Amino acid sequence: MAEKAKGDLLVRLSRIDRRILFLIIFVCVAVPLLTGAKMKMSITQPVKGLYDAIDGLQPGSYVWLAADYDPGSMPELYPMNIVLLDHLFARNIKIISASLWAPGPPMAQRAFDAVAPKYGKQYGIDYVNLGFKEGREAVMLSAAEDLRRTFPRDFFNTPWESVPMLQDIRSLRDAKMIVSVSAGYPGVKEWIQQVGTRYGMRIGGGVTAVTAPEMYPYIQSGQLTGLLSGMKGAAEYEQLIARPGLGIAGMVAQSCVHIMVVVFIIFANVVYLIEKTRK
Amino acid sequence: MKLIKPAAILLVLVILASLVAGGRLSPGILGTWVAALLTLAIFSFLYKDNRIYKLAEHLFIGVSAGYSVSLEYWNVFRPNLWDPLVRGLHHVTMAHVFSLGGFSVHLPYFPGMLLLFPFALGLLLFARFSARLAWLSRWSIAAMVGSYAGLAMIGALQGDLVAQVRANMIPLVAAGSLGGIRASGNADDLIFAFLRLIQNPLIIFGLISTLVYFFFSREHKGSLGVVSRIGVWFLMISFGASFGYTVMSRVSLLIGRLHFLMSDWLRVIP
Repeated sequence: MAEKAKGDLLVRLSRIDRRILFLIIFVCVAVPLLTGAKMKMSITQPVKGLYDAIDGLQPGSYVWLAADYDPGSMPELYPMNIVLLDHLFARNIKIISASLWAPGPPMAQRAFDAVAPKYGKQYGIDYVNLGFKEGREAVMLSAAEDLRRTFPRDFFNTPWESVPMLQDIRSLRDAKMIVSVSAGYPGVKEWIQQVGTRYGMRIGGGVTAVTAPEMYPYIQSGQLTGLLSGMKGAAEYEQLIARPGLGIAGMVAQSCVHIMVVVFIIFANVVYLIEKTRK
Repeated sequence: MKLIKPAAILLVLVILASLVAGGRLSPGILGTWVAALLTLAIFSFLYKDNRIYKLAEHLFIGVSAGYSVSLEYWNVFRPNLWDPLVRGLHHVTMAHVFSLGGFSVHLPYFPGMLLLFPFALGLLLFARFSARLAWLSRWSIAAMVGSYAGLAMIGALQGDLVAQVRANMIPLVAAGSLGGIRASGNADDLIFAFLRLIQNPLIIFGLISTLVYFFFSREHKGSLGVVSRIGVWFLMISFGASFGYTVMSRVSLLIGRLHFLMSDWLRVIP
């Protein structure tokens, strides 16, 4: 009798109002954020690969930072943009940023405005935002041939000739590395296909967790130097350069929700098995 | 009666605009409040569908469409097509094309004249609004599909097919992986060395068995069936990994929004 009642309770719990589940998830996210809890993470090889590649660049060399994302993917990709700028500026590397996504340039500029003053970096001398260009793969190829023709003006409509750091640049290939922070198409995959393989350039990436599994074959093949996957990728990178930011701040909440999702899945399967055994 | 709601909304907007214009309300604070209230409006759907959610949803669609059109106009249409054409039209000259029997044929020419072709193709896209002329838009679509298919095909062949096939031509046992097991000093090292040892066989067997699953020329029976079933397991594991990453991605979005609400709006966290 007691066993049956226990079984009924489990079944009743399995039909719980979904709003209660939402509330549990909300608590799992809100409490760690409010308490400011932090956790230490192990660094994965793809993140270390990107860190090592950037760390090995000569100061004064150029890196192409593609901000191929929009506000919809900001929670995952903006922390990556910030942490990459932190590392690049700390290494005195000059940054050329451009976007193949229309809402990308304001995102990139916001990140520049947040990080550049900390390192005393100046627009047009240490970094430049070339803005958005429609054309996807065609823009990649065009920039690899003639950057000035592709982006005659920057994000602020300043002509190419008036931006000092661009005067030594002829094409995208003058950059030592391309790092694409991307939320989908066009993004890391297209940079690899169109520029990385064709011109033998090193490509690093930062992607949303949804698109990360697609990228792992490129790491295994060596076409991708390193990869940051979702908020966790950003958090690992923040740990590597010892600059805790938005990534690390969200990791405890992320882990709490993951544990809760695992509990939900196990619970649902237990109830399913109980119901199946009864029948 | 129907006009009361729009009039009230308009009045609120006018008041807010005048407060911002008069310097009594900072645009930053107003923006944060609007973003926070719209976030809460979207979250209200988790309780149940409601009008506030619908209002936020419609606002999002409208603003996104308007923003996209404006961006495309100022960043694409004007600098790439319209402005060069207008500049070129100020320098129209009569260019000699050919001579025939003492007659010299001249045609008007101006710099950037070739842009007339994409302009015409762009205009043809609007033919879709007419059922009778819709077929004209196929020319523009054909040009787009053709050029992008060409670009994507070269990229996929060079960057995906060749490079990925090459990346899978690997030895069954990676160089130094056996030595790694012998040299491992502690349990962690031993685990990593073991994973390195089984990495290549897993890749090779996973690739072959998954390809066998997609081989439909013979019925999946006997040994072919066994390998194909193992291929299904590899596929299921990869789908599981993708699902895990998707959960992580969606949770990150929730964290981002809650962080915004608590930090920028309520200021309860730094």
